[in-house]
Amino acid sequence: MFADTIAGALRRVGAATLDSLARLGFAARFSVAIVMHLPGAFRRLSLTLREIYFEGVLSLVIILVSGLFVGMVLALQGYDVLTRYGANESLGILVALSLVRELGPVVAGLLFASRAGSAVTAEIGLMKTTEQLSAMEMMAVDPLARVVAPRFVGGIISMPLLASLFSTLGIFGAYLVGVRLIGIDAGSFWGNMQAAVDFRYDILNGFIKSVVFGIAVSAIAVFEGYNARPTAEGVSSATTRTVVASSLSILALDFVLTVFMFRGVGV
Amino acid sequence: MPVVETAAVSPTCPTEIAVRLTGVTFGYDRARPVLRGIDMTVPRGRLVAIMGGSGCGKTTILRLIGGQLRAQTGTVCVAGEDVGALDREALFALRRRIGMLFQFGALFTDMSVFENIAFPLREHTELQEELIRDLVLMKLNAVGLRGAAQLYPSELSGGMSRRVALARAIALDPMLVMYDEPFAGLDPISLGIVGQLVRRLNDALGITSIVVTHDIYESLKIVDYIYFVSEGRIIAQGTPDEVRASHDPFVRQFVDGQPDGPVPFHYPAKAIGREFASHVR
Amino acid sequence: MSRATLDLWVGIFVTIGIAAILFLALKVGNLASVGSTPGYHLQAAFDNIGGLKLRAPVKAAGVVVGRVEQIRLDPQTYQAVVSMKIDRGFQFTKDTIASILTSGLLGEVYIGLDSGGDTKMLADGDRITKTQSAIVLEKLIGQFLFDKAAAGTAPTAGGPAPQPGAGSAAAGAAK
Repeated sequence: MFADTIAGALRRVGAATLDSLARLGFAARFSVAIVMHLPGAFRRLSLTLREIYFEGVLSLVIILVSGLFVGMVLALQGYDVLTRYGANESLGILVALSLVRELGPVVAGLLFASRAGSAVTAEIGLMKTTEQLSAMEMMAVDPLARVVAPRFVGGIISMPLLASLFSTLGIFGAYLVGVRLIGIDAGSFWGNMQAAVDFRYDILNGFIKSVVFGIAVSAIAVFEGYNARPTAEGVSSATTRTVVASSLSILALDFVLTVFMFRGVGV
Repeated sequence: MPVVETAAVSPTCPTEIAVRLTGVTFGYDRARPVLRGIDMTVPRGRLVAIMGGSGCGKTTILRLIGGQLRAQTGTVCVAGEDVGALDREALFALRRRIGMLFQFGALFTDMSVFENIAFPLREHTELQEELIRDLVLMKLNAVGLRGAAQLYPSELSGGMSRRVALARAIALDPMLVMYDEPFAGLDPISLGIVGQLVRRLNDALGITSIVVTHDIYESLKIVDYIYFVSEGRIIAQGTPDEVRASHDPFVRQFVDGQPDGPVPFHYPAKAIGREFASHVR
Repeated sequence: MSRATLDLWVGIFVTIGIAAILFLALKVGNLASVGSTPGYHLQAAFDNIGGLKLRAPVKAAGVVVGRVEQIRLDPQTYQAVVSMKIDRGFQFTKDTIASILTSGLLGEVYIGLDSGGDTKMLADGDRITKTQSAIVLEKLIGQFLFDKAAAGTAPTAGGPAPQPGAGSAAAGAAK
């Protein structure tokens, strides 16, 4: 009886391991296939532009509004803490560094995953469910080139732009609260910021982060959509998996990238 | 019919026959074979139906012919080419000569009716826009939907979207068109229209047609030959007249629509006495 | 949605996105003044660098003239060897003094350069020989208490609070 339970548990572990290995191998093959089809996405530029519209332009409102509010809240909270040390003219540094290095890429990435990534997964999954992908294949058109690659490239192009806009709006929001509302001197706000924020270490690294997150979210979104079970339930669980997996990978990748980028560099 | 194919001819695949399956077996996993030895011949220009109950492997046969699946044993020949042995390029070249109508049409929901039919033309030809427009309207006219060109798939009824999909399937003037359940879920009028369209297109364009369906009455009216598939095997075949006169129990059950017979009403289960009496003991 | 509208929106999106990147680069990051400007390297050895970090500024008369590029320990002398990159266009004399300073009580640690009267200038790869180490607060307090105790027994040295430079020298002497 007891031995049976253990054997059953071991079997489940074994099955799960083999299952995830198979899935991993499949994901690797899929990634290679996407990369092979990337030139196609640039050849069919109008399709890619369409996806930039659906993934980038339609995410603009949520990104701009969130960026503005995150910046405003950062300014209020940061001012509260900095005043205790009489360093309230460092508000610009605090806001700019947090946004450019971390919050811009990470929060924009999380919003992008839930706004655009889920939509891409649902769209591709539904195309699969309604046999549109099969129909395309039977018309001798490769769905990887026609459907998947443009969405992948569209996401990679949109994400860094969205993250930069998020940071910019956040800094603008902090300026509104810090300078206009609280009354910090505008000169010291911008001046301290410029003296402390380095282009290569802070802005370029933040930009690289947003590109990496864009690749991760887009890859997960198209993978989950393309491999969704062709049922209504399958598409909905694939959409959920996209949001969960992208969010977790963004946070994990952010940690790894931060370790490599900012190790040993003083503020 | 003149044969002018110059494609690589393998000895097992004669070019004068549109589709031939020889000893084909297939299963999605090893424990459950879907097809267990299918032999089937579709001569050029004919309209052939594959019939059988739901889930008996009919659609799988179409996917094997279209090269979306590969047979585990046996050969699938289409227009003189061994589909299982083709590389990707050759398979795509072959598919350009095959049209397929999917079960619910599978129209691209983000494009208008016009763009749906223009899609294969734009992908595979370098035709000018005016020429594409004329071709698309011609195909739409053939299915009686020229007026619906600017509608979107969500605005079409079931029968209309089936006809649009039909127009898309013949957009590239294929030599073979496969229909996956073209009659499913249609009202009697739409069903009659689609049935007549399948027959007319077959004769007018000189194409070969394979219809997968379980609608026996419509099929008996329009097709040249019928294969009955059950549990992965072909268990009966013949022309519509032969089918009507047949005494084969399976064919009779299918034609007469009897609930029980060679295809049992009950899914395999324990003996009824043992199942229900268990709590009495 | 027509093609023209879609193209227009994508155009707007990409344009403001690039504008945001430029804003971050120029207005926030001040790309124009820092970046990878050409320069030359100087070295200096300190007994103690305190809280000096990589990329800390190097200032002369309060003006940033370069950045700290590398910090390592010389295994022979047990001194910290700091390598700094000075922007081209700033020249310093051979007898320049490099000191490790703090802006304010809790501010950032930086290297201050004070030029002397020598006629020869430092060139790429040269080493600054005159250096002043960081003030270590604990040592300073220890020295102050020691002085107080000494003053209690022999009331002669009731001078003013030690200046940073003098304190540093005293700390060095106390070692």
